[in-house]
Amino acid sequence: MVRFLQRTYVYLIFAFLYAPIAVLISLSFNAARSRGSWGGFTLQWYVELFQDRVIMNSLYTTLFIGITSALVATIIGTAAAIGIHNSRGWQKKLVMNLTYIPVLNPEIVTGISLMILFVFAKLQFGYLTLLLAHITFNIPYVILSVLPKLRQLDKNLYEAALDLGAEPWYAFLKVILPEIMPGVITGLLLAFTLSIDDFVVSFFTTGSGVATLSITVYSMARRGINPKLNALSTIMFVAVLLLLIIVNVRQAQDEKKARRQNDKENTFSLVGRASAADIDPEWMQQQ
Amino acid sequence: MNRTRPMLPYMVWMTIFIVVPLFLIVYYAFTSTEFNGVALTLDNFRRVFQPVYMKVLWRSVKLAVVSTAVCLFVGYPAALIMAGNAFSRKNTVIMLFVIPMWMNFLLRTYAWLTLLERSGFVNQFLARIGLPSLNILYTDSAVVLGMVYNFLPFMILPIYSVLSKIDRGVLEAAADLGANKVVTFLRVILPLSLPGVISGITMVFMPALTTFVISRLLGGGQYTLIGNLIEQQFLVVGDWGFGSAISMVMIILILISMAVMSFFEDGEEGRALW
Repeated sequence: MVRFLQRTYVYLIFAFLYAPIAVLISLSFNAARSRGSWGGFTLQWYVELFQDRVIMNSLYTTLFIGITSALVATIIGTAAAIGIHNSRGWQKKLVMNLTYIPVLNPEIVTGISLMILFVFAKLQFGYLTLLLAHITFNIPYVILSVLPKLRQLDKNLYEAALDLGAEPWYAFLKVILPEIMPGVITGLLLAFTLSIDDFVVSFFTTGSGVATLSITVYSMARRGINPKLNALSTIMFVAVLLLLIIVNVRQAQDEKKARRQNDKENTFSLVGRASAADIDPEWMQQQ
Repeated sequence: MNRTRPMLPYMVWMTIFIVVPLFLIVYYAFTSTEFNGVALTLDNFRRVFQPVYMKVLWRSVKLAVVSTAVCLFVGYPAALIMAGNAFSRKNTVIMLFVIPMWMNFLLRTYAWLTLLERSGFVNQFLARIGLPSLNILYTDSAVVLGMVYNFLPFMILPIYSVLSKIDRGVLEAAADLGANKVVTFLRVILPLSLPGVISGITMVFMPALTTFVISRLLGGGQYTLIGNLIEQQFLVVGDWGFGSAISMVMIILILISMAVMSFFEDGEEGRALW
């Protein structure tokens, strides 16, 4: 009986969390324009969505900014993680604190502070400012994904490569990079996902005529309800869900490997968002 | 060879794009350019403390506190149940809490717009079962609802994470020593879960205090919350000095609440998720 009540309580919370999403998804297939009635199944809103030039343009912008910023952030972030891993004492503390500023800072503060900077530097607001802003908030997440992998790395491997005559750069490419690759890829995917998901920072750092999907959604939602927006929501939900599954399957595989090596090192966990600790690998195996 | 050299580009990048901009906010908050040149001034802060703006500040804090409290009182029992043995496939249940967080928060908020409007889903449903309609869209209640909906998982997950790590032996020891369930909860489970509660509160309170989107879409009026005020100053009014001053006050509010939180937290118990 207690168990039944407990389950019911959690199911009610799930209903609260999923009902709005379910309603939105089902309305995206509703032929009737009014939300009240069901007018039959239709794909009309999806067709209109793909014919809408503003939405399609912002989709391209989102993908362009997402891919570019994720790649740049991954390169800078991976290099930074290696440097941080090798540093000690106050130097390490300083850099780690720097890394946590954008993670902990309210997004609106990051947004307006970058906006002030870009005006100060007389940059024209648009793709460039958007890209710089996205790279900035993405790098810390790459670092936090790569660092645990570096800690698992056997120090002697790199030394051995040098002893055997490898140049430092060659040793990095052949020895270190393959070992930390899972963390690098996870960081890349995480950065891409955060970039396409971002609204607040983009909102303050974009210029006229350049809009990401989030910005377009905001301006459409501000004008009220729009069936096309329901269709867009459905697609974005499914897309992010797929990305989440890919990231988590990767992390699950990593952890399985780590477990096999009897490594108790914790993988970086950031509060639910792509967190390896919250999502147990066994869950993925059961599925 | 200096092996820390690879982090140099990162240091330069972060100095330019994180440290300098934060100093620019401080600079604008404390200066005015009205007369010939730039002058140091406290005028911006004096304006923040005018009754009109204090009301906005107070309202933001109030709504954020209410939302955080609702999340805590709804979320704690859920975390407790999940940490217990009501579910056999625990990880699936946790996953189900994580998935909604990955949906773009604009769309999550927009979903409530559809649900709450006058002829929306909620009212259709209420009418069908013979209840009076509910018109909370564009009120504070809708804003709180939006915040709770968006941030509830941020409360549940850290609490769950701490609760699930509690050693069962400790609970058995409490039972052996004669504590009933209520006493065990109050004297053992609750104190041990405090770090999770504190990180949950921080993670709900901060975004709730700084949001401008939820209040803009679900709330009424233009100057609902502190976030809206900042947004207006930067994007509509163009008064950066005032906008920067409000931002600084907001950051100070957050720092104070974090300090209060860490006061309640046991020094030795590390936070589960940070």
